[in-house]
Amino acid sequence: MSHFIRRQRYLIDFTVASLARRKGKNLGLLGVYTLIVFLLASVMLFTQALRQEAGLLLQGAPEVVVQRMVAGRHDLIPADYLERMGRIRGVAARYGRLWGYFYDPAVQANYTLMVPRDRDIADGEIIVGHGIARTRGLGLGDFIAFRASSGTTFSFRVADVLAADAELVSADLILVNEADFRAFFGIADGLYTDLALEVRNPQEVRKVAEKLTVLLPDTRPILREEILRTYDALFQWRQGIVFVLLAGSLLAFVIFAWDKASGLSAEEKREIGILKAIGWETADVIRMKFWEGALVSLGAFLLGYLAAYVHVFFFDAALFAPVLKGWAVLYPQFSPQPYVDGLQVATLFFFTVFPYTVATVVPIWRAATTDPDAVMR
Amino acid sequence: MIRLNDISKAFNQGQPNEFWAVRDVNLDIDDNCITVLRGPSGSGKTTLLSMIGCLSRPTSGRILLGERNLSGLPERFLTQIRRETFGFIFQRFNLIAGLTVLDNVMLPAYPLAPDHGELVQRATALLEQFGMAGKAASKIEWLSGGEAQRTAICRALLNDPQILIADEPTANLDSRLSQEFMTIIGELKAAGRTLILTSHDPVVSDAACVDRVITLRDGQVQEG
Amino acid sequence: MYGSSTTVRPHCPARAGTVPLLLLGAGLLLFAVTLLDAAWRGDDAALASSRELVVTLGLTDLALFTEARYTRHLSQADRHTAFQDHPLALDHFPSGSLVPPPARLGQP
Repeated sequence: MSHFIRRQRYLIDFTVASLARRKGKNLGLLGVYTLIVFLLASVMLFTQALRQEAGLLLQGAPEVVVQRMVAGRHDLIPADYLERMGRIRGVAARYGRLWGYFYDPAVQANYTLMVPRDRDIADGEIIVGHGIARTRGLGLGDFIAFRASSGTTFSFRVADVLAADAELVSADLILVNEADFRAFFGIADGLYTDLALEVRNPQEVRKVAEKLTVLLPDTRPILREEILRTYDALFQWRQGIVFVLLAGSLLAFVIFAWDKASGLSAEEKREIGILKAIGWETADVIRMKFWEGALVSLGAFLLGYLAAYVHVFFFDAALFAPVLKGWAVLYPQFSPQPYVDGLQVATLFFFTVFPYTVATVVPIWRAATTDPDAVMR
Repeated sequence: MIRLNDISKAFNQGQPNEFWAVRDVNLDIDDNCITVLRGPSGSGKTTLLSMIGCLSRPTSGRILLGERNLSGLPERFLTQIRRETFGFIFQRFNLIAGLTVLDNVMLPAYPLAPDHGELVQRATALLEQFGMAGKAASKIEWLSGGEAQRTAICRALLNDPQILIADEPTANLDSRLSQEFMTIIGELKAAGRTLILTSHDPVVSDAACVDRVITLRDGQVQEG
Repeated sequence: MYGSSTTVRPHCPARAGTVPLLLLGAGLLLFAVTLLDAAWRGDDAALASSRELVVTLGLTDLALFTEARYTRHLSQADRHTAFQDHPLALDHFPSGSLVPPPARLGQP
């Protein structure tokens, strides 16, 4: 065993020494290779972390949300729908939700106004998300004025700011009490934005949804599992899109690497002949080349992955923020929780390390199996 | 003792450009002798030498190394025999550019994977012996012709082979260095090794230490 | 023989593979560290305040894209309705192009 390791060690010594002969070129290759892995790994880690986080967070979302549809559009739902649906087996609680959007022309941002269920807010007071507080420079006790749907101006006092580490779900939230909400948007009593149902037993959720579509034919139930699936698909789709965008540069690299790794120069062929003539076996030559490919690609993989990890989880994916922000003025500041999906890392490893190593080893095969007497001619 | 029985070697066999480089050669090469294969270029001496050194296989005939028949052995075993029994000095030295002298000398031992410290010591001792110790860390391309020659000799001797094979060893040397080389060859013979050389350089074939000169022409041995 | 006067120096030059192998070893070690870091730092406790908000307010979506309602409340938007936001409709916002069309549209 130790003989085997010593032998590999000698082959590695040789392959490193020969790589060092074209130091600039090979370091350049390693650099480009690392950059590609870095980009791919950053996207992968970031989307995986967000996906994981969305999954964990939205586990707490309502089991069923009931929306009323009018002429194909989401509309306000009358409170008597709560009575109309009656007692459905398995539903532990049901309540109407009030929420809506408000466009703030001062900073050209969209806010989400919401009435909290179990939090008392005094009249004329609001609780704002940390994102709004940051963007508008609001602190406790500050006043902010919004123009209501009726044309009158409402002045609110900031009673509290939501936790900064909850920005991912609450950056644009403004919590008001029910009376203020109805007055501000001009929504009559007895109307809600939608209804939420709590179902304790997850196996009964589908049954509940089926009953709802029969009892309330003009409504549409949205199940929590659908919400979770939507976000799961969102991040997969997003990752896929970025990968497609990166495919061009990836292809360019593949062409470059293939050319570099597989194009055996006459000099290299001569060297293989020399090595065989002085007693190296064909397998030794192939192993030596395998180590060349493996060292370069493994090095690039590790470097790229580690840089991506630091980028995503220590610098909050700073390079991606502009892409994600889009036109939004309010963008949540959040640090993704470190999460590494083993299968994804394995996939990345396979698609970056394996092809390069193969591209290095395969062309050697033919050269290494020729008769060593070529060096004598 | 190396015995060649009816050795022939064809290139591009069965094709229109078929060419027989060596034809029906019968030869005995004694141990601890210096044998020189002489002849004009194209006479087949390098082809013959590469078959003796297990670098290539004869198309027909048998090569016996001592009691062992080399002709039927698979490549792995040929490589093993080549590594243990033969040391090679090539016409253009065939050192690997970009590596140091020491690395080049140590290369034949890599597949055997000896202890690294021991290997360095062995290679350094050889370089000492040939006055190359000061150049151990130099790159190959900085060497003069004579230094490259001596590095090649050190590399050939690293695995302590019984038989040393040199193909046109003096082709790239001036006559003073050629004389020097033949002195080294004589000393290696005195140390008990068998040496087989090809050359059309009279400095080689006329050297005092040479035991036997075999003339080849058109792939056949000419007596005389 | 040549140079017999030179003293024997058993100098052992650095092996070419040493530094790259050490670096690779360090890389593998750091790789393992990232896995440990993810397991250690990536605990649910840091999500606690977000999670509490989701539960108490009954939130259904992440506040990632606030520019349009079909991106802000992705799961609640009436994208499920035909003609609201057709998959072939021009997108107003970059994030819209990153949001997949609803799965239901693909169903008969």
